[in-house]
Amino acid sequence: MAHRMALTGNDSAAYALKQINPDVVAAYPITPQTEMMHKFAAYVADGDVDTEFVTVESEHSAMSAVVGASLAGARTCTATSANGLALMWEILYIAASCRCPIVMPLVNRALSGPINIHCDHSDAMGARDSGWLQIFAENCQEAYDDVLQAVRIAEHADVRLPVMVCLDGFILSHTLEALAVIEDEQVQEFIGPFSRPDNLLNTDHAETFGAFALQNYYFEFKKQQQDAMDAALDVVRQVGAEYGELTGRSYGLLDAYRCEDADVVMVGLGSTMGTAKQAADDLREQEGLKCGVLKVRCYRPFPVDELRETLAGVSMVGVMDRALSFGLGGPLYHEVRSARYGQDGPMLNFIYGLGGRDLSLDDTRDAFRALAKAKQDGQTAPAVHYIGVRE
Amino acid sequence: MATTNLKKLSEMPDLLSGGHAACPGCAGPIAIRQILLAAQQDGRKVVCGIATGCMEVSTTIYPNSAWRVPLVHNAFENSAATVSGAEAAYRSLKRQGKYEGDVAFLAFGGDGGTYDIGLQSLSGALERGHNFTYICYDNEAYMNTGIQRSSSTPKGAMTTTAPAGKVSSGKTQVKKDLTAIVAAHGVPYVAQSGPHSPRDLMRKVQKAVETDGPCFINVLSPCPRGWRYEPGKSLEMARLAVETCVWPIYEIEDGRLKINVKPKEKKPVREWLKSQGRFRHLFSPKNEHLIEEIQQDVDRKWQRLLAREAADKEQA
Repeated sequence: MAHRMALTGNDSAAYALKQINPDVVAAYPITPQTEMMHKFAAYVADGDVDTEFVTVESEHSAMSAVVGASLAGARTCTATSANGLALMWEILYIAASCRCPIVMPLVNRALSGPINIHCDHSDAMGARDSGWLQIFAENCQEAYDDVLQAVRIAEHADVRLPVMVCLDGFILSHTLEALAVIEDEQVQEFIGPFSRPDNLLNTDHAETFGAFALQNYYFEFKKQQQDAMDAALDVVRQVGAEYGELTGRSYGLLDAYRCEDADVVMVGLGSTMGTAKQAADDLREQEGLKCGVLKVRCYRPFPVDELRETLAGVSMVGVMDRALSFGLGGPLYHEVRSARYGQDGPMLNFIYGLGGRDLSLDDTRDAFRALAKAKQDGQTAPAVHYIGVRE
Repeated sequence: MATTNLKKLSEMPDLLSGGHAACPGCAGPIAIRQILLAAQQDGRKVVCGIATGCMEVSTTIYPNSAWRVPLVHNAFENSAATVSGAEAAYRSLKRQGKYEGDVAFLAFGGDGGTYDIGLQSLSGALERGHNFTYICYDNEAYMNTGIQRSSSTPKGAMTTTAPAGKVSSGKTQVKKDLTAIVAAHGVPYVAQSGPHSPRDLMRKVQKAVETDGPCFINVLSPCPRGWRYEPGKSLEMARLAVETCVWPIYEIEDGRLKINVKPKEKKPVREWLKSQGRFRHLFSPKNEHLIEEIQQDVDRKWQRLLAREAADKEQA
């Protein structure tokens, strides 16, 4: 049934897209997403997919075209990175508001300027309020698994919202990994056919999509999006469990690693959480520090209740941010703090890896040690650490 | 066989209903009604997209819509890209046997959404060869947001962002020749028309929707508010634009240009300028020299068009 393949993050997402066999894909090249679309274009060229591949002249048009295609009743995907996502920004909101279940791998890359092609999460963070679900992959296996699940989540009747699958640029996108894939037929059975009866091609029932909603209706559209986001929490869990039954790899909103008895827990997103797990193991073994890792897999909707529950009783929590909300600090940190309202203990914020700056295992162990020390010292005030930055 | 017979058309249900919120005298809905009637015939259904602008905000105020055909509005600058996606979906679903039916895709945009902010989106969709027809309703300024100048605003016209003042005489630059820019893409069919001549407009729409590949029709859409004339005179304005050769009526089919209307007696541009408040300041002594310049511009462009037509004819 399942077999193993050696794939990069880009290849794994492309392979998932091939198996999904979307009706329409519109995309524009941007590093480090490019290879995903090279691979997909090759699938199109070989007739491996039924997809109309629309090679648009910009990311703005990529997002515009997939909105048009989705509203015409097609299953649609696109992919981008950094400035490409920024150029899509206006239409991200419209895609969500029009309830288009578009699936988009986002290969995380630092936003300009200065221009830089390497990984950070500034691109995804800029889109966190756009109405898209955001799922972060830790490795290439997860990128593959997440893209498949994203289709089910996006198209679920209680959700009907677009989903962004975030994978770290270069760190995952260009790194070869041995991963398990399922068969094409299993994928098709898992995702099922796409149906949107109210669509542009339904000429017997002419509808206007994207109407002009003023003070008397706009608010209701927005509240419905929030309700769908709330409902998505359960859907992400259900789909993750069902995927587990199929593949043996279950997914939830969060991934708690050795948190049960942990004195200090590090919260974060993406590939860094793999490094953090190794650091936690090392420190438990070598220094007797009870370290845990809490990976936020589903960043939007933000799993506030589950996060609170998992972190209840943890006296020292650190949050790693690969992005800055200028004038505020780490966006994830502030959201975790807000979710932990009323819970004990100060929190430390570690800002790291902007523009692809490497975060070593040593750096990560040091971050855990800083948490342990803050706990030992009885530190009560929150603090921000910039890892490896020259002052 | 698609018809442009007015009697027959008058018996067909309007596909853009009344009761919308366009200004009195607006030429936009007049053109759109003709276009939809012309396109949706012989079992062929029409699916439309529209850019943000006058026609969009006035016809789709939720929960109402004046459109009796499917319509998508996405944003300001992406009517072409959005419709290109819908058209790609149609081709994909049809090829896979998931959809039956014969659909013609129309994308609408005003001059702001077409000449300016949507030009890239339009150019991309034309180059990719989607089977759709783009229709620009050109009212020569950003009328929806309050009559700001666009690249389609003609030289000498005053707008809210190019006012006539003590040291200014309105817009100083000439109108962009978008139809020529579109034609330069080598698409199969490009035309200019107006709402004052339903047969011409509807024949061109039918030609476009029956042509495989991207087509473009630029429709002059007089605007009483922005051009400053009595609301009852919109069609008169469109006609005068043709009679003065300010807005030539022509088509380019497979690269060959044909002028559809050649005024027997070319009226002076002065008449055109005089008819609209937006040009009133040109008649002051300090600006009058501009009228001659504008006349020369119009003459030069008209001569060039005649020469191109003759050259294309010779080559054929």
